Amino acid sequence: METVYSMLVSTLILSTPIIIASLGGLFSERSGVVNIALDGLMMFGGFSAATAIVFLENSTSLAPWWALIIGMIVGALVSIIHAYLSIDLNADQIISGTAINLLAPGITIYLAQIIFGQQRTETFTHSFRKTTYPVLSDIPVIGDIFFKNIYPTVYVAFILVVVSWFIVYKTPFGLRLRATGENPHAVDSMGVSVRKMRYIGVIVSGALAGLGGGILVLTQDTQYTVISIGGTGFIALAALVFGRWKPSGVLAAGLFFGFSRIFSIYSNTFSFLKGLPNEFFFALPYVLTIIALVLFSRQSVGPKAAGEPYDKGKR
Amino acid sequence: MSKIKGFLANKKNHSFIIPIIAILLGFLFGSLIMVLSGLNPIDLFVSLVRAVTGIDISNIGTGKKIFNARYIGEYFVYVMPLVLTGLSAAFAFRTGLFNIGGEGQVVVGAFFATYVGLTFDLPGFLLLPAVILAGALGGALWGFIPGILKAKFNVSEVVVTIMLNYIGMYSTNYFLKQLPGSTNTKTAEIPQAGLLSSDFLAGITNNSRLHYGFIIVIIAVFIFWFVIEKTTFGYELKSVGYNPLASKYAGMKVERNAALSMTIAGAFAGLAGAILVSGTFGYGRVINSFENYGFDGLAVALIGNSTGLGTFLGALLFGALKAAQPIMQINRIPRDIAIIIISSIVVFIAMRNGIKMKLDKIKVKEVEK
Repeated sequence: METVYSMLVSTLILSTPIIIASLGGLFSERSGVVNIALDGLMMFGGFSAATAIVFLENSTSLAPWWALIIGMIVGALVSIIHAYLSIDLNADQIISGTAINLLAPGITIYLAQIIFGQQRTETFTHSFRKTTYPVLSDIPVIGDIFFKNIYPTVYVAFILVVVSWFIVYKTPFGLRLRATGENPHAVDSMGVSVRKMRYIGVIVSGALAGLGGGILVLTQDTQYTVISIGGTGFIALAALVFGRWKPSGVLAAGLFFGFSRIFSIYSNTFSFLKGLPNEFFFALPYVLTIIALVLFSRQSVGPKAAGEPYDKGKR
Repeated sequence: MSKIKGFLANKKNHSFIIPIIAILLGFLFGSLIMVLSGLNPIDLFVSLVRAVTGIDISNIGTGKKIFNARYIGEYFVYVMPLVLTGLSAAFAFRTGLFNIGGEGQVVVGAFFATYVGLTFDLPGFLLLPAVILAGALGGALWGFIPGILKAKFNVSEVVVTIMLNYIGMYSTNYFLKQLPGSTNTKTAEIPQAGLLSSDFLAGITNNSRLHYGFIIVIIAVFIFWFVIEKTTFGYELKSVGYNPLASKYAGMKVERNAALSMTIAGAFAGLAGAILVSGTFGYGRVINSFENYGFDGLAVALIGNSTGLGTFLGALLFGALKAAQPIMQINRIPRDIAIIIISSIVVFIAMRNGIKMKLDKIKVKEVEK
């Protein structure tokens, strides 16, 4: 049972950045802008957070939280490039996203060279600590999974899922956001600015991807390197598709993809899984996403207008 | 002056003016970043010249060695796979499709080539063609999957190709390690008969890794040009790219063309994998993260406006930036400035519409006068 608990705790920790970045993608795509730049935005966020904590860790005990906020801000700022290109210049959203993904390793490692004189940031020592919460951890099962040896950032993911669900489905803003991704002309005819809604969607996605990248580096690494993010942004994109562009789906998909990763580490402890190679578990989320896409293809899921620049004159 | 303005405002010239403006802006941006971080941009251009021509400008007049042919050879080693992945992305672009899957097609092509090279017991002269064709076949297979899914289920090829990149990397890593004689990082050496490497080419370029892959690259550029410009099939592909609905109305098989286009695009990228195995390295490699051949290919195709010649020129440019990276490091410039320049050029290419508007304004002003 101990093994199962520690597996579940590791899953929660590993899934946190996936879920948060994926929620970011949700806001962007729901507003009608495809964002394949999640991975690049996570790199910017991760680098900024790691750099911030190196400079702040000795002056304040809240350094990790400040670092995350800085990662969020940088992610949001960089995403403005994507917003400007795809909303104001009607650029192809895939090209624009690819450009940011290409830019991210270049700029972050260049800055690391300038700031630290090496290909990575310096290591930090006072990041988030795994904490066991008194009283709560005594609750059977739930206490073992959610409150023992866990990073506080995990709760951020759950809070954000609930908040996103509330915003997207229970507020007028959320209704407009979803409508902008489905039928921008209708939204425009109601006097709501499509441009404004899409800018908000993309910038929120940048902030959340930056936050996800920051959390990833601060909880799963001791410094930022060019492989710290390691394609997590693309897993987040997969989780968004697999979760059918819904906050609850994103949560489930993110947890499942994280679990599949953790399984690869633990597969040797289960006799019935011994024969399967690690690579099988690594590849599993991506295979499942393709299968899901094929299965969903008969129904209409996903924002209808995502990927298309808004053209007032088009019918 | 007005002649220049007319030239700039003429829409016919935009297809090459815009990439040139993007390239200039990209280098300007890179230089600006260098100046802001206290570095001299001249060093960047010195490194580029040395990477492409082998001539070390900073050694002129110092009595040290000025010319080293090895750099020229290594330059083309960088350029060759980029041309092929560039053609791959360009071919899909022409049909209005995005092939973000170059990465995966390269590794699967590389695996197929390695597999054939190590396990097929063929007479000497047949092994090399078999290795190369196997690479193309592997890439084609990896391009066929998103193509057929797009055709049959209308599933976005963007998401599927991204997913296939990772599936390709993890699965080929596993299979590469299973081949006889493999370690955790690479396979056994492929027999001499299956290699593109050449003592002659290495000899004239001071022992660089230059290999006969350039013949394959030239043939690939020719095939690309021929299929796109000279065949009915190519015409249909372009037509589907411009306007799928009209093409369908005209009786073209839009779905079949999409599947075929992705397959052929995959074959080009698979060839890149094959020449990496059979030319550059001589063995199959287990990689832990992508080497960006596929993503750089997208950049190359964008800068080359998805034409055969443009893609070739784009690869010459980006290959120079990549080849200059080790030299930059020697000259104490962070090598990542090359990546910043490449990616900012792509950003400026994505701003195509904005640049077009500016160019059109020139014309409007002319008319007002």
